[in-house]
Amino acid sequence: MNRRDFLHRSILIGAGFSFLPALPLNLRKLTAAPTGSRIIEITDPAVRDKSGFNHDIIENMLDEGLAALYQTDEPEKIWNQLFSEKDVVGIKVNCLSGSHGSSHMELVEVIIEKLKKSGIPSSNIIIWDRLNKDLESAGYRINWKNRNKLQCFGNDIAEYDNRLYLNGSVGSLISRTLTQTCSAIINVPVLKDHGIVGITLSMKNFFGAIHNPNKYHGKNGNPYIADLYQMNLIRQKTRLTICDALDAQYEGGPPFKPQWTWPFNGLLIGVDGVALDRVGWHIIESKRKEMGFPDLATVGRKPEYILTAGSMGIGQSDLNKIDWQKIN
Amino acid sequence: MNQKNKIGRRKFLGQLGGTGCLLLSSGLAPSLMGFPAEKNTHQFEAHWYEKQAYKKVLCKLCPRECKIDDRERGYCGVRENWDGIYYTLVYAKPCTYHVDPIEKKPLFHFLPGTVAFSLATVGCNVDCKFCQNWQISQIRPEQVENFDLSPEQIAGMAAQAGAPSIAYTYSEPVIFAEYMYDTAVAGNNKHLKSVMISNGYIQEKPMRELATVLSAVKIDLKAFSEKYYQDIVDGELKPVLDTLVLLKKLGIWTEIVYLVVPTFNDSENEITQLSRWMKNNLGTDVPIHFTRFYPQYKMQNLPPTPTKTLEDARQIALSEGIKFVYIGNVPGHEGENTYCPSCKKVLIERQGFYINSNNIKNEKCPFCGVVIPGIWT
Repeated sequence: MNRRDFLHRSILIGAGFSFLPALPLNLRKLTAAPTGSRIIEITDPAVRDKSGFNHDIIENMLDEGLAALYQTDEPEKIWNQLFSEKDVVGIKVNCLSGSHGSSHMELVEVIIEKLKKSGIPSSNIIIWDRLNKDLESAGYRINWKNRNKLQCFGNDIAEYDNRLYLNGSVGSLISRTLTQTCSAIINVPVLKDHGIVGITLSMKNFFGAIHNPNKYHGKNGNPYIADLYQMNLIRQKTRLTICDALDAQYEGGPPFKPQWTWPFNGLLIGVDGVALDRVGWHIIESKRKEMGFPDLATVGRKPEYILTAGSMGIGQSDLNKIDWQKIN
Repeated sequence: MNQKNKIGRRKFLGQLGGTGCLLLSSGLAPSLMGFPAEKNTHQFEAHWYEKQAYKKVLCKLCPRECKIDDRERGYCGVRENWDGIYYTLVYAKPCTYHVDPIEKKPLFHFLPGTVAFSLATVGCNVDCKFCQNWQISQIRPEQVENFDLSPEQIAGMAAQAGAPSIAYTYSEPVIFAEYMYDTAVAGNNKHLKSVMISNGYIQEKPMRELATVLSAVKIDLKAFSEKYYQDIVDGELKPVLDTLVLLKKLGIWTEIVYLVVPTFNDSENEITQLSRWMKNNLGTDVPIHFTRFYPQYKMQNLPPTPTKTLEDARQIALSEGIKFVYIGNVPGHEGENTYCPSCKKVLIERQGFYINSNNIKNEKCPFCGVVIPGIWT
């Protein structure tokens, strides 16, 4: 199926999904069609060129991915439907791995362009992660002082809320960027393996929002990661997840290990973070199998927290019930 | 982002002003906000770890044995793998220091009536749901303002304060073991003793090394069941019991604190089993303090421990033969006093953290002559 066919077919088929628990409450007030547990996997080998990643192709991938997710042929309008001009939008990147294996700036740049084009001023857009040094090591330039420009900073200077947020097994202080500053979040995790919890994608990316992630890696992160993601604060503000799968890593994560990284040349786009993580888990398992590695359960790293999140009703973890659509 | 209402740690300590205010009960949490990230954090390589393939490390400090990837930290949050080398991020970086009565630790059989120069860095290797000090124990070094104080500086400050001992306390000193060790050495050079106020969740090798420079240890024994340790502490009981036995074997003066949490670890059976284990493994001279729980941190839905519950626990331990059983966090209670196990007369009368009278003479009961175990001079 080519992209044009796909888009036409999508529009004709219509949504038809009633799975709504993962849908952010705020989103229900907006006009974008519900996406349920639909996850779009879009890949294009041409995205990679000699100088890095091609801006225009990333933009096309994002447009087509959003069009498929929201079943529209006017993806540009989705941004206006997801965000208002008054929103302060936080782009939660993952920069723990430094210059390689972090959320690519090329992708984040396109996201920012889309937001600006939809009417959100630069000053209302924040790129954020745990530490300034993490962001800097991934190539991002910190801007904390000039509030009239695009913001970029870590929790170390943004500060943590004084309130202890409790949910299930988790008790944490949460970044003020999330609790107070931003009204909406775009989650931009990276598709990669994790040496303790199996994989680190949408849900676990919010470990970068809390002050004590070191306490929640035991037991393969189960149920901690699910308990954190269940917090209304996170689910209501996270309006979109765009997983950076331009490069992906199937072993040795979360630090960047080039020998176990492959050019996936893609994006995973969805609203249901649990479903997106389930799809990402499958992709990584498939790659491990292809490369002769044992599955994550065999090596004691099954990401059971994804299934736990599904059983908690905060998203779809049953692969058979996820509307996983591939575009290539 | 508004920084006007923040109180920095230095300002906070300045407000305390050496008045003997109690950090733990002051209700003034150290600020977690807005301080610049620490620079040059990778200066002090950790002592107890093993290098593994692909730049991973295996921490050998506590029984958790974290396997840590490059650029990741262990459970304690204060040790980081950077390019395959494991660093402590809190060496010479205390987040607080204060001069406390030794009774506050509590150590009741160790230089009573003296003060201990007390310090802590951030971090802990467990996550007790009732932690009264979580604002420093459950955070990372970059989330609070830290001092730069070398072991020698700490020893000098302790001597200047007239403290005969240095106490590693407030958070969990196991996680700053290298700093504790070097500070204890510096203190010993000035004829100052060192005491570790700990959860005892530590491997044998580092504990043996630390014991060579410590004079006393207080162990928080959280409960006498593995389930409680799993559910409430996020740790394990067995290694803590092993530490207690090791300390006994090494001849380190040890006292135990048992925080009695209503309905969780206060059953007659549990206290009985604990007392019998103590008698069989440590003898009857090791003091135990049954202390009152107050709702804190993640356990705010429980009432404070009824005094009667503490009294019952004390009575059980006494009836099982433990000689020195105290009640804590109930100021003015008669269970704060030290009684002669032979003639039952009051040897040390206490009021909260302070001594009203101390009758012990030459390490003995002045009334019947029985030797009272402890470090008295």
